Amino acid sequence: MPESIPADSVGLVKPSTIHIDTPLQLDCGKTLPSYDLVYETYGSLNEDGSNAVLICHALSGDHHAAGYHAMEDRKPGWWDTAIGPGKAIDTNHFYVVCLNNLGGCKGSTGPNTINPETGELYGPDFPIVTVPDWVRSQAMLADQLGIQQWAAVIGGSLGGMQALQWSISLPERVRHAIVIAAAPKLSAQNIAFNEVARTAIKSDPDFHDGYYIKHNTLPRQGLGLARMLGHITYLSDEAMGEKFGRELRNGAIQYGYDVEFQIESYLRYQSTSFVERFDANTYLLMTKALDYFDPAQAFNDDLVATVKNIQAKSLIISFTSDWRFSPERSKEIVNAMLAAGKSVCYAEVEAHQGHDAFLMPIPRYLEIFGTYMQQIAAEGVK
Amino acid sequence: MALRVDQQIISDWIPDGAKVLDLGCGNGSLLKHLQQRNITGYGLEIDNSKFAECIEAGVNVIQADLDEGLAQFADQSFDFVILSQTLQAIQRPDFLLQEIVRVGKNGIIGFPNFGHWQCRMQLALGGKMPVSKTLPNAWFETPNIHLCTIKDFENLCDDYQLNVLNRSIVNHNNKDSLGIRCLPNLFGQVAIYRVQKQYD
Repeated sequence: MPESIPADSVGLVKPSTIHIDTPLQLDCGKTLPSYDLVYETYGSLNEDGSNAVLICHALSGDHHAAGYHAMEDRKPGWWDTAIGPGKAIDTNHFYVVCLNNLGGCKGSTGPNTINPETGELYGPDFPIVTVPDWVRSQAMLADQLGIQQWAAVIGGSLGGMQALQWSISLPERVRHAIVIAAAPKLSAQNIAFNEVARTAIKSDPDFHDGYYIKHNTLPRQGLGLARMLGHITYLSDEAMGEKFGRELRNGAIQYGYDVEFQIESYLRYQSTSFVERFDANTYLLMTKALDYFDPAQAFNDDLVATVKNIQAKSLIISFTSDWRFSPERSKEIVNAMLAAGKSVCYAEVEAHQGHDAFLMPIPRYLEIFGTYMQQIAAEGVK
Repeated sequence: MALRVDQQIISDWIPDGAKVLDLGCGNGSLLKHLQQRNITGYGLEIDNSKFAECIEAGVNVIQADLDEGLAQFADQSFDFVILSQTLQAIQRPDFLLQEIVRVGKNGIIGFPNFGHWQCRMQLALGGKMPVSKTLPNAWFETPNIHLCTIKDFENLCDDYQLNVLNRSIVNHNNKDSLGIRCLPNLFGQVAIYRVQKQYD
């Protein structure tokens, strides 16, 4: 809880909801006749609408990227390290938009909202949406907000994939794409981790084929396990060792199966707190969106051809200890852009935090990111 | 950003509108300078501590390890590939040199001449590994692991059948002198070459 709002915070913020009536044709073949998107904005849109940036969230993120909803909040939004007055994404200059993606569980239409056709929750019947579907829905939001072209579309991890997809799908609507800790598609190992997470959720006896709310229950065990697994892949061995080592909760080994090591306790805490704030069907959907992401598929698996029509300038950033989406994966994107002669900068930031590094206040990372954003701001002034 | 002597010479060799790749681009000063003449391309650099300066200069900078070669670039995809004052820090200069002429229609290579009389004196009379303004590190801590003389470099070009199209040998003040002209390997401090692959 902040005693007072820090000077470099966007302060107290409130989400808005937009209702979109234009039907959305999804990649899976189904159509959403209408839908709601919940979003937050920070800063103000300039007259010609040229200072807008879109923040895309990752697997478990939402529209609350920066600031506080109430003075009682324990923590600010998920990317408060990068968004605010004087920060890398400087709200003194930029109008920042962040939404809860379709299929999410924080207010946008998704598994835990009402299906107008049945009058009941969508639950597991909510269609699986893909990264290109998200981009299409985000473009509808941009239209409604009067934003013809984003100064930048920015995201880390699954968010970075959306930024890349934006520049591929709607090249004329993106001036800069900032793609952090991402990959051009998931590896077999990535998909395998997602499948273990899904299996954990689906095999929970309280899952009830996804209709758990009807049964007045939640697949706590399964979703918690999925989160534990995810959390291990977000951190590096080194970061975990540094934070917990082999430290014991009670100082001595108990020769039992209860929580003994601090890391066990931490994972359990992460899992129980996550279950309270996240929906299992959304988790399943988000992991599928990740697995299906493969923009090159439409271009005969040729990534160079895939990026050929990009008009945006790109900044690609990876982190040395990220083994979920390693620097090698970012380099695949960079190399395709180089081969296509695109304007691109690439930095591989030394960081021990693993995949989670993209959310951390790492000085070199924020220096490069912030300088790039300042250049975008300076362009707008010209 | 003021250009170094060797950078100024390199700049003079590159025509307006060319496509270039600058290997070991540092803070991007050369590319920034070249951009004024509509010369575009990329800078590769292993160390990202100056990336903010590159980005400020509007230079497309890519973090890359030159010891891994230039596999990400297609044959003859740049008009000029520049390697300025970095050759001596490369694991396999011979490999990189071949990569440079594979990727670039022209290769420009600048390096400190280890055959300069002061280097020779330090070794011959002082009995110690030379330390100079350009090569300030002691032997055990220097990143400059593959120093060469003008003669060495030209021999390597011969071995790999590279044509030398331009050669400029100067001292740090960019002064040409009778000494340099007569005995470049003894009096030149900085050597810059433009080379191309011979195709028979």
